[in-house]
Amino acid sequence: MTRSRHLLGHLYMAAFLIYMFVPLIIMAGAAFNDNRLPSVYPWKGFTWRWFQELFADTTLWVSFANTLWVAVAVVVIAVPIGTAAAILINSIAGKVRGFLYGVMVAPILMPGVVIGISTLLFWNSMGNVTGSDFILFNPGLHLSVLGQVSFIASFVMLLVLARLQSFDPGLEEAAMDLGASNSQVLRRILLPHLYPAIAAGAAIAFFQSIENFNTTLFTRGTQNTLTVYVFSKVRSGITPTINALALLMIIATLIAAIWYEVARRRKERRLAALERAQD
Amino acid sequence: MSELLRRYGPGLTLIFVLLTAFWLLMLVILPNITLFEASFRPYLPVTEIGGPRDVYSLNNYAKFLNNAVPASYFGIDVQIPVHLKTFLATVTYSGVVTIVCFLLSYPLAYYLAKVVNPKSLPTLILLLSIPLWVSEALRAFAWYIILTFNGPLNAVLVGLGVLEAPVRWQNGVMTPYDGIMIGLTYTYVLFMLFPIYGAIQSLDRNQIEAAEDLGARWWQIHWRVVLPHSRPGIASGCVMVFMLSAGSLLVPTVLPSTSSNWFTETIRQWMLESQDWNTGAAYSFLYILLCSVVVMVVMWLFRVKLNEIAK
Repeated sequence: MTRSRHLLGHLYMAAFLIYMFVPLIIMAGAAFNDNRLPSVYPWKGFTWRWFQELFADTTLWVSFANTLWVAVAVVVIAVPIGTAAAILINSIAGKVRGFLYGVMVAPILMPGVVIGISTLLFWNSMGNVTGSDFILFNPGLHLSVLGQVSFIASFVMLLVLARLQSFDPGLEEAAMDLGASNSQVLRRILLPHLYPAIAAGAAIAFFQSIENFNTTLFTRGTQNTLTVYVFSKVRSGITPTINALALLMIIATLIAAIWYEVARRRKERRLAALERAQD
Repeated sequence: MSELLRRYGPGLTLIFVLLTAFWLLMLVILPNITLFEASFRPYLPVTEIGGPRDVYSLNNYAKFLNNAVPASYFGIDVQIPVHLKTFLATVTYSGVVTIVCFLLSYPLAYYLAKVVNPKSLPTLILLLSIPLWVSEALRAFAWYIILTFNGPLNAVLVGLGVLEAPVRWQNGVMTPYDGIMIGLTYTYVLFMLFPIYGAIQSLDRNQIEAAEDLGARWWQIHWRVVLPHSRPGIASGCVMVFMLSAGSLLVPTVLPSTSSNWFTETIRQWMLESQDWNTGAAYSFLYILLCSVVVMVVMWLFRVKLNEIAK
């Protein structure tokens, strides 16, 4: 009985993986079909044409560069903010903590569309109030950065806060007793303990930013990021260049995944060997 | 707070406070207050802002109840404001997507947490997370290719003899929102899977075995032991999937039918096509209300706290 249920489990797992990957494979396949419309069927012959058009598409590469700049800016701003907020909220208790926590988590639960619109309205009205035409107050990618930071900082905060739970404050006490300065306590004791969470936060911030569409669409002004460009392409009539782009992204992901998997297995083997050596 | 001062000194503490204050005030609280305030003001040319016509009113919200169109609910024909209709459709179909995602995810989450060989688990998790790294627009676009009239799905089904003639999937077989729901489910199912997996994983296997020893059937084990234990994960997954679905703008635009409308598209039209930011703000505020209600209902339904959902 249990075994047949386990078999069912294996089958379901396999079916789910097929469900996850078949759309991606079909999309990748359409990149090679010599058909003006993106499709794998009917197959009109193999071509590299869409890749050539992709590389000739300068708007796309500008959008891609914009996406990377925005992502880097988001990481640079959101990681310190999220870390500081986690340290701060960890040191207070009671009602204030509950309130602050609610405000910090709320942006995650808020629709990205609303975040984009409120960011746009706020900075624009600041411009109106001050009567200034300073670049910060007009729509543009800098507002996209600020909009994205407002909720991405929440992710960083949650990761760092979780990591803080396993921190032993006694270490800081010991450091201070031994004459460490304030900044040394932070730099040498607390931050090294938090680095894994900070690194994970930075990675999540980077990819959340690259993925972001809803917030960016309303704040970007006339500039493009990759997701916005893909969106406008999809709306205005698509050619398989988008599929060629998708295939490149999938390949990049696969390479990263394989690299990660190989590194993980190597580490596992090394640990196993170490254990054997100790026995 | 005094702890912070003692450990890190006034300088660093001030930096922590300033960073947090900048985030919460300039990026979260004040923008939302601005949004709320703007939603009550009329849409005017720049020269008239602050002028005699710039007074607070509920006119922007009233637009939500304009333009009645015919609709049919449970077989009853009614006249309903067009934007309200869109709003209700968005809520309903996002709810359906959430339920479908749960049904798809729960068995798999259990399988990953309790059945599979722990050695192959990291590889499986990695495999499952690969689609997450491919942009949402492209994942929806993949389904556009599959569902299109001359596409592979029709070709395969007709070729196998399941269908006699190709079907216009995107226009919907059951509802005009079929394509959107298929796209949303595919795009967001993993946001349901991972929280539930996390919750089931923390369940002690002994509890399952004890239930087995006491003669519980497999469905009793799930109903009385595993499901109650995974409540926070389910709540978190449901909130995530519902919010992402209701808030999605990409999927409904990539996979529309001739008569589908998503509430985010309505907001986008006010903001970017009519350039009427004030009405856009009013509609956004309605959306925030919806989201707060959903979060509260889920918290009440599953008896969980906010910090259990946001993980």
